[in-house]
Amino acid sequence: MRRFKEFIIEKIILLSGFACILFVILIFFFLAKDGLALFKFSSPWNFLFGTLWSPLSEPPQIGILPLFLGSLIVTIGAAVISVPLGMACAIFIAEIAPKWMREILKAGVELLAAIPSIVIGFIGMTMLSPIVKHIFHLPTGLTALTGSIALAFMAIPTMVSIMEDSISSVPRIYKEGSLALGATHWQTIYRVIIPAASSGIVAAIMLGIGRVIGETMAVMMLTGNASVMPHTILAPVRTMTATIAAEMGETVRGSEHYFALFAIGLVLFGITFLINFLADMARHRKNK
Amino acid sequence: MSKIETKNLDLFYGTFQALIDVDLVIKEKMITALIGPSGCGKSTLLRALNRMNDLIDGVKVTGKVLIDGKNIYEPGTDLVELRKKVGMVFQRPNPFPLSVFDNIAYGPRTHGLKDRGKLGEIVERFLSRVQLWDVLKDRLEDSALDLSLEQQQRLCIARLVAVMPDVVLMDEPCSALDPLATQRIEELMFELKKDYTILIVTHNMQQAARVSDWTGFMLLGKLVEYGETKQVFTNPQEKQTEEYITGRYG
Repeated sequence: MRRFKEFIIEKIILLSGFACILFVILIFFFLAKDGLALFKFSSPWNFLFGTLWSPLSEPPQIGILPLFLGSLIVTIGAAVISVPLGMACAIFIAEIAPKWMREILKAGVELLAAIPSIVIGFIGMTMLSPIVKHIFHLPTGLTALTGSIALAFMAIPTMVSIMEDSISSVPRIYKEGSLALGATHWQTIYRVIIPAASSGIVAAIMLGIGRVIGETMAVMMLTGNASVMPHTILAPVRTMTATIAAEMGETVRGSEHYFALFAIGLVLFGITFLINFLADMARHRKNK
Repeated sequence: MSKIETKNLDLFYGTFQALIDVDLVIKEKMITALIGPSGCGKSTLLRALNRMNDLIDGVKVTGKVLIDGKNIYEPGTDLVELRKKVGMVFQRPNPFPLSVFDNIAYGPRTHGLKDRGKLGEIVERFLSRVQLWDVLKDRLEDSALDLSLEQQQRLCIARLVAVMPDVVLMDEPCSALDPLATQRIEELMFELKKDYTILIVTHNMQQAARVSDWTGFMLLGKLVEYGETKQVFTNPQEKQTEEYITGRYG
């Protein structure tokens, strides 16, 4: 009887494990089926490198380059802000802060992760965008930069908690060894602890960036949604995610436009898959 | 010449007193061994000498530790200078996850040397000093973590002496090594004795008898007996020491 119970439980766990993979595969096929259908209408080259996104014109112009660049600019901007800030924060929490403060900060960072993205978008719209507008004397405060700043704050919690974990798990003997050689605390941090934690830090950055690329709501509210080729970070842009969210409701099922949105989804899927894969590689890479 | 002197040294972890009124005089350029059962405070005493205990929360120290006549527990003591002078080799070899070269160059770089050529000379000199140069001269860019445990421990010793300390503290440096490797590390210690004052904490009484000039026996936080090694092992003054070294205790 006990044997049987054991058997059942084992199989249920096995099944749950496979279910996760199955869902991913199903989602992928679903995306691929409708996304690839686009290429009955248009060539992959025109889709990927076309500089005009105007699916409602006649004939429809389906080029995602402006959207891709929009996502890219927002993501790079967010990374430039969040990586140094996140690293500094993680180092402070893991190495410098006294014990009581460490607990408070960790809780705070986790709370930051729990803020819904719509709220970040809302705050960005009412507080951040007027500031951006004012500082750079822009006609509108809804720019790629505004989106980057807001997204940076959404990426930071992910980055900080993973970085903090990997910094804290650097063996104590490295730290002691370095201090015993007469190194200062800071020298120990940047010469030994950070290199020793580097694989975790890279993974954290990758996962943070993955979160930024996939984020929709806040960027839709903050980046101005102009699907033109962006020339500066201070211009309004539109990201791939925002495009899908904004247009999916208004498109005719089975039209070229409809398939184009699925194709964008496929591209996004590819990008996040790649980033997660790289993060995993970094995490499992043996220390040099 | 006395190099290190502790006077009425007490050390508390929170409310637990780990060292009780320790008075110890350590002679220059000799090997002094600290022996005693687990938890007797020998490692704590060792770590009190370069203030590595400061890293542990809730440690309180009273009394004095004089190194070259200067109390290292005086407020305003420069810990970086102290640890440059009083270095430490740990129980588990702890090379940094860097290349062999970067491990040896770590100390000199930390203290401001940037010239790659000079660093190269230092690496050669100190790897030779621990008899690793011939084995490793073509593997300088390899990760130090790929070396054997014995090589790692030698590397750690080389890394330490490259900082040019006066005193080398060794916390059970051979406990992770096999007997042959242990013997070779002991030979290295003899060799290093010419230039450094060495303190070794060991579980292994034979090791203490083999390598040291002076031996201290500790029990429950107290330094029970301290004297020349020959005398401590052949003619211990205290009953507890005798019981320990003859295997009736601990």
